[in-house]
Amino acid sequence: MSSKQTDSIGIVSPQIQHFDEPLPLRSGRSISQYDIVYETYGTLNKERSNALLICHALSGHHHAAGFHEGDSKPGWWNECIGPGKAIDTNIYYVVSLNNLGGCHGSTGPTSINPETGNTYGPDFPIMAVRDWVKSQYRLMQTLNIPYWAAVVGGSLGGMQVIRWSIDYPDLVKKAVVIASAPKLTAQNIGFNEVARQAISTDPEFHEGRYAQKGTYPKQGLMLARMLGHITYLSDDSMREKFGRELKTGKLSFDFDANFQVESYLRYQGEQFSSRFDANSYMLMTKALDYFDPTVDHDGDLVKCLSLATAKFLVVSFSTDWRFPPSRSEEIVQGLLGARKNVSYLEIEAPQGHDAFLFPIEDYVNLLTAFLQPEKKENSLELRGNSHA
Amino acid sequence: MRKDQELLGGLVPANSHVLDLGCGDGELFEFLTKQKNITGYGVEIDPKKVVKSVDRGINCIQKDLNDGLGYLSADSFDLVIMAQSLQQLKHPEKMIEEMMRISKQAIVTFPNFGHWTTRFYLGLRGKMPMSEALPHKWYDTPNIHLCTFIDFEALCLSLNIKVKKRLVVNRNYESTWQLKLWPNFFGEIAIYHLER
Repeated sequence: MSSKQTDSIGIVSPQIQHFDEPLPLRSGRSISQYDIVYETYGTLNKERSNALLICHALSGHHHAAGFHEGDSKPGWWNECIGPGKAIDTNIYYVVSLNNLGGCHGSTGPTSINPETGNTYGPDFPIMAVRDWVKSQYRLMQTLNIPYWAAVVGGSLGGMQVIRWSIDYPDLVKKAVVIASAPKLTAQNIGFNEVARQAISTDPEFHEGRYAQKGTYPKQGLMLARMLGHITYLSDDSMREKFGRELKTGKLSFDFDANFQVESYLRYQGEQFSSRFDANSYMLMTKALDYFDPTVDHDGDLVKCLSLATAKFLVVSFSTDWRFPPSRSEEIVQGLLGARKNVSYLEIEAPQGHDAFLFPIEDYVNLLTAFLQPEKKENSLELRGNSHA
Repeated sequence: MRKDQELLGGLVPANSHVLDLGCGDGELFEFLTKQKNITGYGVEIDPKKVVKSVDRGINCIQKDLNDGLGYLSADSFDLVIMAQSLQQLKHPEKMIEEMMRISKQAIVTFPNFGHWTTRFYLGLRGKMPMSEALPHKWYDTPNIHLCTFIDFEALCLSLNIKVKKRLVVNRNYESTWQLKLWPNFFGEIAIYHLER
């Protein structure tokens, strides 16, 4: 296993790819033209055989690793992507993009709708995971990448990995599905609905046309994020981080933030509301709710996953209650039933759902082991599943 | 080539789809893949060993064997192997039944509690036997369901499972004339090939 250097990739800069060919969507609508913003780390080798795609989660974006010029904070998964890290840029050419409907540079609700000349706002079509994967496939073509050596994603990103593996089976050699689920539970949809209600009932929301009114639903976004944030942490990690610590050392007997956890959540909500678009948040949570790859396969996960040919790694985290280990095990069970190459590990970690972002030892070693370039695998893969 | 792997390998049909319960760091599975071109999965509870198995390039699923095999469907494997883990399970009899549900054939190996050294340890010294093969104190041993060959065969009979073949060896996985004469007294490790 490789040593864990802490080097970063250094300065990175995003690129934009424009597409003119309309993208037909699951909803029946389509986007006539669009931009996708992306970053790449590492070098594509001569054989073009080392490309690795990162699929981002709900609030993620293309800036996964390295630093933007002048920034002090690195990309969201810098802990795991870089030279000598779990996703080793000395080995892989890493491609990371911002999904359509997002708000970090790819076409989304804040972009100009060419048909009206105004921003899309709430008129931007609701994206499905398969639509994102299709757009990622188009980006792959423009980058002249023949197949992905690996597709990697956590949470909503893991759903994109599953979708990749069944929609483009020949183009994915290894699939890494982290802290994800084959579809959301009612509880999970419930959390998303509360978040959407928080946004849409904010008086500044204006049915999603807040930009035209020169305002935005800051309070609603804050609430949505505060709720989300609680579900991404574990009870233990919150206890450890805040306990019942008071801000000023005494109770103030008013409704200001008394406890540290309150001011932390307010701060997180505030930060988030200033950098994330409300319509994007609404749309991304819908994509989560709608995801169920078995709908085209009589609700049968084994049948659905039978289409895949990739070698899978499924990872969960012990204290994750938003996407608990039992949900990952459903994916594993489906893959076992379909006789696919799959390995699975539940990582002991106190951080809850957010654990997938941390460089936890067993997790890093597992990713490193699974993603190491072919050495003895050819002889060890299930026969008939190799498509070298 | 290691003797234990060689012995087990002799019982594994080429190209079979195999589940290795308690696969450890994947050494046996890797060996059988190279020698017998098997496919399938190892199952292991220890995260570090799962990582090692994955590092060898084999499919490894983390799971507690005590949770059973309910996540696997009937007849989904050609062969199930469980080497030296049976005596550590909460319900060995249920595990044997489960193994025979998901596969027509199974290979089970375990240490023989009827070996003469353990008999004498308990019989003469009056203490719970400890040895190289069973190095734990009675209160912290993972080996909670030890048995003799006779006990195991009685269980198979009651579960209607056929013993297709039995190999009895010493701790170096060798056979001797004493072993052949009185296996339940001189045998240290048994390798059972079971069939439903």
